[in-house]
Amino acid sequence: MMLGRLLSGDLPRSRVLTAVLIAIFFGLLLTPFLFPGARATNVAAKICIFIVLVASFDLALGYTGIFSFAHTMFFGIGAYGVAIALSTLGATWKALAIGTGAALMVALVLSLLIGLFSLRVKAMFFAMITLAVATAFQTLASQLSAFTGGDDGLSFKVPELLTSAFPLSPHTFRGVALDGKLLCFYLVFAAAVVLLLVMLRIVNSPFGRVLQAIRENEFRAEAIGYRTVVYRTCSSVLSALFATLAGVLLALWLRYNGPDTSLSFEIMINILLMVVIGGMGTMYGSVVGATLFIIAENYLQDLMKLASNGFSGVPFLRDLFHPDRWLLWLGILFIVGVYRFPAGIVGKLRFSAWKKS
Amino acid sequence: MTTTATTVPATDALPAEVKTDRLPLLLIPALALLALPLTGSFSTWVTLTFAGLAMGMIIFIIASGLTLVFGLMDVLNFGHGLFITLGAYVAVSVIGRMIGYVESPSLMRNLMAVVPAMLIAMVVVGAVGFVFERVIIRPVYGQPLKQIMITMGGMIVGVELVKVIWGAQALPLPLPAAFSGSLLFGDAAVEKYRLITTVVGLLVFAAMLWVLSRTKVGLLIRAGVQDREMVESLGYRIGLLFFGVFIAGAALAGLGGVMWGMYQQTIVPEMGGAINVLLFIVIIIGGLGSVGGCFIGALLVGLVANYTGFLAPKVALFSNILLMVLILLWRPQGLYPVVKR
Repeated sequence: MMLGRLLSGDLPRSRVLTAVLIAIFFGLLLTPFLFPGARATNVAAKICIFIVLVASFDLALGYTGIFSFAHTMFFGIGAYGVAIALSTLGATWKALAIGTGAALMVALVLSLLIGLFSLRVKAMFFAMITLAVATAFQTLASQLSAFTGGDDGLSFKVPELLTSAFPLSPHTFRGVALDGKLLCFYLVFAAAVVLLLVMLRIVNSPFGRVLQAIRENEFRAEAIGYRTVVYRTCSSVLSALFATLAGVLLALWLRYNGPDTSLSFEIMINILLMVVIGGMGTMYGSVVGATLFIIAENYLQDLMKLASNGFSGVPFLRDLFHPDRWLLWLGILFIVGVYRFPAGIVGKLRFSAWKKS
Repeated sequence: MTTTATTVPATDALPAEVKTDRLPLLLIPALALLALPLTGSFSTWVTLTFAGLAMGMIIFIIASGLTLVFGLMDVLNFGHGLFITLGAYVAVSVIGRMIGYVESPSLMRNLMAVVPAMLIAMVVVGAVGFVFERVIIRPVYGQPLKQIMITMGGMIVGVELVKVIWGAQALPLPLPAAFSGSLLFGDAAVEKYRLITTVVGLLVFAAMLWVLSRTKVGLLIRAGVQDREMVESLGYRIGLLFFGVFIAGAALAGLGGVMWGMYQQTIVPEMGGAINVLLFIVIIIGGLGSVGGCFIGALLVGLVANYTGFLAPKVALFSNILLMVLILLWRPQGLYPVVKR
C-alpha cells in the first residue's frame, strides 16, 4: 500500500519486471560492497545518473510525443553550472547551490524559449530546430574557453564531505573504506531515486494523462478543451529541468566536466537507444534501458573481444565482432526495437503478463 | 514506373509563364557586394567568393535529394549523412586502385580515375539508398517520431558498418594532380578544384531544373510535392515516384560526398553526420521541398561561411544559425515556401 503510494499507483504490473527492478535497485544500492573497486562503482553511479536523464527524455518523447535533440544541451547546462560555480567560487555547498540554481534558471528560460517558438510547428521541424540549437550550444561551450575550459573542460573540487579525503569512520566494512566518495555515491543514488519517483508522480497525475492524450491524438486533446501548446511546453520545460539536475549529479560525481562528457551528440544517440530499448512511455523503461545499455557499454566489449578472437581467422566476421563495434549491435537492436517492440522491454514484459492473466 | 517513365517533353502541357518570385535570387549578389568593402582587397574577395560558391554547390548537390524527399512524402531522412560518408569511402577505394592515374599530371588520366570513381560511388550509394528506403523508411511512413528515430538508427548502423569495412581511422582522399593548384586572375588566386566544383554544381542544378520543368516525371514530382493525394487519384503511383527520387537523392549525396571528401582531402566516418546540421539549415532556409530555394540556401550558407570565416572566425561557427534566423524572420516558411494543400 505504502509502496503503491510511493510509486504513484503505477506498479510494474509484471512479475518478471518487478523482479528485474528489485534486482536493479538492490544491485545499485549494494554495488560498492558487492563489487569492490572503482570501476563497478563508477558504472553504478553512471547508471543512476542516466536513469534520471533517460527518464526525463522519456517524459517528453514517450509521454508527450516531442522529439528534442537539445536534451543533452540541458544535461550539459546542469553539469557546466556546477563545474563553473565550484571552480570559481571554491568547493563549498553554497557554490554548489548557486551553480545548480543558475543552471536551472538558464535551462528554464532556454527551454521555454525553444518551446514557445517552435512547439507549434510539426515534429520534424522541431527536431531540426533543436538539433541546430544544440549544435550551436556545443560550439559555444567549446569556444568560450575562458569560461568553460574549452575542449579541455573543467576539473574542480567538490565539498570536502564528498571526497575520499573525508573519512566517515576509521574502520573499513568488508574491505571498503567508508569515506566521502562512498557518501557521494549514495547522494547520487538517493537523488536519482527521488527524482525518478517525482517524475513517476508527474506522469501519473491528471497533468500526465493530458500529456498522454496529446501524444495519442493532439487534435482531439485540443477539441476536449486542453490548450495543447501550453501542455507541450510544460512537458518540454519539465523534461529540460530534470535533465539539468541529471547534469548536476554527473558533474558532482565526476568532479570534471567537458564538452565530450555531457554535450556530445553521441550521448544524445545513447539516450535515444536507452529509451527505445527500455520502453518509451514507461518510466520503468528508462531504468531497464539505462542499466542494460551502460552495462553493455562497459562489459559487452569484453564479451565481443572473446567473439572476435574466436573469429580471428575470418576477416569480415572478425571486424564485425571487434570490441569497438559494440554500437553496431545496439543500433540493430534499436531498429528492430522501434519496429517490433515500440514499447520496449518493459512493454513486452507487461504485455505478456497481461496476456497470462 | 511504367506510367511515369515516358519522358515525352510536356512543354505545351505546362502553363505558359507562372509569375516567379525573383527576390531571393538577389540575395546572393547582394551578399557578395556587401562583403566586398568588408574584405578590404578585391583579390581576397574573389578568392573567398569562389570558395563560398564551391562549398555551396557541394552542399546543394547533397541537400537537393533531401528536400525533394521531404516535399514528396514528408519524410525527413536524418540518415542522409550516411550517403555522404559512403560516397567518399567508395571513391577512396576506387581511386586507391588507380593511384597512378591520379598522380599523373595529365588531365585525361586524372579524369579516367575521377569520373569512374564518382560514377561507381553514385551507383553504390544509390543501391544502398534502395535498401535503406525499403528496410528503414518504408515501414514508418506517416509516423514522424518513428521516422526520426529509425533513420537515426539506420545512420548509426551504417556508419558502424563503414567502420567495419574501411576501419575507423581517417583516410586520405587525394586530389588529382591536374585539379590542384590555383589559377591567377590578376592578383586573385582561385583554386582550380573550386572552379571545377562550381561548374559541376551548376551542371547538376541545370540538369535537375530541366528534369523538373521539362519532363513528365518532373511535372509529376512537382505536382506530388504540392498535392500528393491528387496525383495519386489521377492514377500515378506516388510511392514509386518517391522511391525513384529517394534513390536519385542518395546517389547525388554520394556524388557530393566524393566532392566534399576531395575538398577536405581526408575523410572520416563521421563526416556525414557532421554535415547533417548544415543540410537541415539549408533546406529550412530554402523552404522545405523547394529545389530552387535549396540552391539559393546552399550558396548563401557557403558564402556566409567563407566571408565570416575570414572576417570573424569566432562568429563563423554560428553564422549558419544566424543566417537561418534572419531568413526565417523575413520569410517564416523559407525563401520559396512550397504551397501545400
